[in-house]
Amino acid sequence: MAEIAIELTGIDKRFGDVHANRNVSLTIYQGSIHGIIGENGAGKSTLMSILYGYYQADSGHIQVRQQPVHIRNSHDAIRLGIGMVHQHFMLVDNFSVLENIVLGAEGGFTLKSGLDAARIHLKQLNQDYGLEVDPDAIVGQLGVGLQQRVEILKALYRGAEVLILDEPTAVLTPQEADHLFRILRALRDQGKTVVIITHKLREVIDVTDRVTVMRAGEVVGNVMTADVDKEDLADLMVGRKVNLQVEKSTRTPGEVLLDVRHVSLKDKRGVELLKDINLQVRAGEIVGIAGVSGNGQSELLEVLAGMLPASEGEMLFKGEDLFRLKGHRPKPSILREKGVAHIPEDRSREGLVKTFSVFENSILGYHHDRDIQKGWLYNRTALIEKAKRFIQQFDIRPTNPLLRAGQLSGGNQQKVVLAREIDSNPDVLLVGQPTRGVDIGAIELIHKQLVKLRDEGKAILLVSVELDEILALSDRILVMAGGRITGEVPAHEATATGLGCLMGGVQS
Amino acid sequence: MDLLFSILESTLRAATPLMLASLAGLFSERSGVVDISLEGKILAAAFASASVAYISHSPWMGMAAGMGVAVALAMVHAFVSVTYNGNQLISGMAINIIASGLTPVLGLAWFQQGGNSPQLESDMRFHEIAWPGVDAVRDIPFIGPFYSHLISGHSIIVYLTFIIIPVVTWFIYRSRFGLRVRAVGENPHAADTAGISVARIRYTALFWGGLLCGMAGTFLSVYQTGGFIREMSAGKGFLALAALIFGKWRPVPAVIGCLLFAFFDAIQIRLEGVSLPMVGEVPSQLIQVIPYVLTVLLMAGFVGRATAPKAIGVPFVKSR
Repeated sequence: MAEIAIELTGIDKRFGDVHANRNVSLTIYQGSIHGIIGENGAGKSTLMSILYGYYQADSGHIQVRQQPVHIRNSHDAIRLGIGMVHQHFMLVDNFSVLENIVLGAEGGFTLKSGLDAARIHLKQLNQDYGLEVDPDAIVGQLGVGLQQRVEILKALYRGAEVLILDEPTAVLTPQEADHLFRILRALRDQGKTVVIITHKLREVIDVTDRVTVMRAGEVVGNVMTADVDKEDLADLMVGRKVNLQVEKSTRTPGEVLLDVRHVSLKDKRGVELLKDINLQVRAGEIVGIAGVSGNGQSELLEVLAGMLPASEGEMLFKGEDLFRLKGHRPKPSILREKGVAHIPEDRSREGLVKTFSVFENSILGYHHDRDIQKGWLYNRTALIEKAKRFIQQFDIRPTNPLLRAGQLSGGNQQKVVLAREIDSNPDVLLVGQPTRGVDIGAIELIHKQLVKLRDEGKAILLVSVELDEILALSDRILVMAGGRITGEVPAHEATATGLGCLMGGVQS
Repeated sequence: MDLLFSILESTLRAATPLMLASLAGLFSERSGVVDISLEGKILAAAFASASVAYISHSPWMGMAAGMGVAVALAMVHAFVSVTYNGNQLISGMAINIIASGLTPVLGLAWFQQGGNSPQLESDMRFHEIAWPGVDAVRDIPFIGPFYSHLISGHSIIVYLTFIIIPVVTWFIYRSRFGLRVRAVGENPHAADTAGISVARIRYTALFWGGLLCGMAGTFLSVYQTGGFIREMSAGKGFLALAALIFGKWRPVPAVIGCLLFAFFDAIQIRLEGVSLPMVGEVPSQLIQVIPYVLTVLLMAGFVGRATAPKAIGVPFVKSR
């Protein structure tokens, strides 16, 4: 048996009413890749934050290399050889790679000697682990994959023996993720310990040696990865049988409802964000748009939803160009009236007002509907009835329509948005990242609802960075890279690897 | 020619407190704390230094008192906006109001001269320092006036300022402290995870800012006017802040901004009472407006997109 790198015993942590960690015990072996999985809110990030010194556990013990330790802040953690790569990178954008790496470990009063020493050390690390990072590049100008490697370098530079990665692949292409996994394996082979927090089952199976599953603040399973498969882990995570496969009958799509022709978009500086986009969505069809985030999908969705004016092109809905209604650019309200509903990518910025109650959020965008008005005022009873109907149909919890939306979990917030947009009975539904930050149970429900809409003959355009989601739901898949559509694949022929190539910008 | 050099001489004199305050603002704003309290700190320092210089007969004691008071106010600002995550604008404004209210009240109580301090006598003030050989070179064209107006004949604080400018620049860009200040102002979470105490860096940055404001205030009362006058800071703190933004939060461009404003100010003084062709004598109020208007125009026209430190004005709350 390998040596124990970290041992957590009986860790307990409460935030007010929320019991984030309940008596968690966990052993991480040296020279292994250890996965910690669980749904959002299962307590995995809290646990790692306790290990990295952000929070103090209410009770419990931590041992590092079999020595009992107290980790009061990240400084202590770093000294004990624990490094962390956060989901949101902790980098200073306008600093060079080198400056970011020495920050906090400058080595002296003046910067020069520290920077020079770091440059040499960095070269060595670059070679050892195949990181390929330019020390003089400005971090803000690097892609996310490289920024992540800068984070890894930062931890290694401080002599991290244990590297914690929080949702490391959330922002990566499949190829970048593979590269990351190669780096992680190289680290393991050199005796380092890697802990990865994730909710993506495929990665856990691919890269880890051992897995700890958490649910509702508790550890519900500790297994060797080799002994389990995706379904087992999913069941453990959710605590009941989960159907990862989306039930979907084959359907012949009907008439073209949405026909997008030659749409381009330039920003103020004249940079082309969208280049000659052509696509059609038919009735009874889900068209998925795959791509690494930041390749124009968000802009496309915003243009089609009337939030951004297109520079050129047409958007034909049942033959009518919605971009030139009465000579005006379309407002989202007009599009909604016509029957084009939109579930925005960022629900907290564009989908909801978090400080509003659930029932108020249930009418946003449809607040001119006659059935909820009474004279000049809103009919509060009707509003609440409507929200109650949503809550019942979409299993929104807690079931109180007076609660502020911000008090709901991510999944339940998303259900409110979904309910509102579906309830308007649109012909075309534009959907962005429907399951971002949403737990598995809610994902199941959201996917079922989308397929149900498709079966009712609606046209759905689905933008998602989750390849699994695109593959599971779509009838046809378009891939975007660099603001253009780089390929189209029928769903039954698509594979993650094939799409990954297109997402990297390789033309089919 | 002599006129030009004498305008430049006044420029240097008027620019000194601005440059000091601007560098003070640089420290705190680069660390992510908005500093509209420069004005109040200058005023309070001017009062404290004049009072102490008057009592102790030592300009240096005055300067120490000015610095002490300005640092104390800076620490109040830090306590509110760093320790208690208060609103930095409100905290800064409060300091300005305290300074503008308390100085005349204390002045009246102590000196009974309408809120001003008594006129400082010669031994209580800083004086111009004449460099060797000034008289010898005075009549050489160009070099003479250059030497006598610009090199020689300034207060010690002016010379200190021109030493401080490169030192601060070096600190911000080349020292460990500077790197940390910039990191904390740009992304405090990154600094925090790297094991740096955001609060300590911000306190330290504000401390240095306080010292510089103290010097600026001392310059006004213990050197320039030879006594404290009510509201004598006259918006200099805000001008320094404007110059800082004009310089996009970089030390040397900010200093240039201060010099530019001081240059307009010097010209304005020359224009007062001068009868212009066609127009006649321009009302002095109108002329006094010139530097401010020009500053606004310059700010509007030349700054372009000012790239402020990203975390400026945002209290740092550890949370994820």
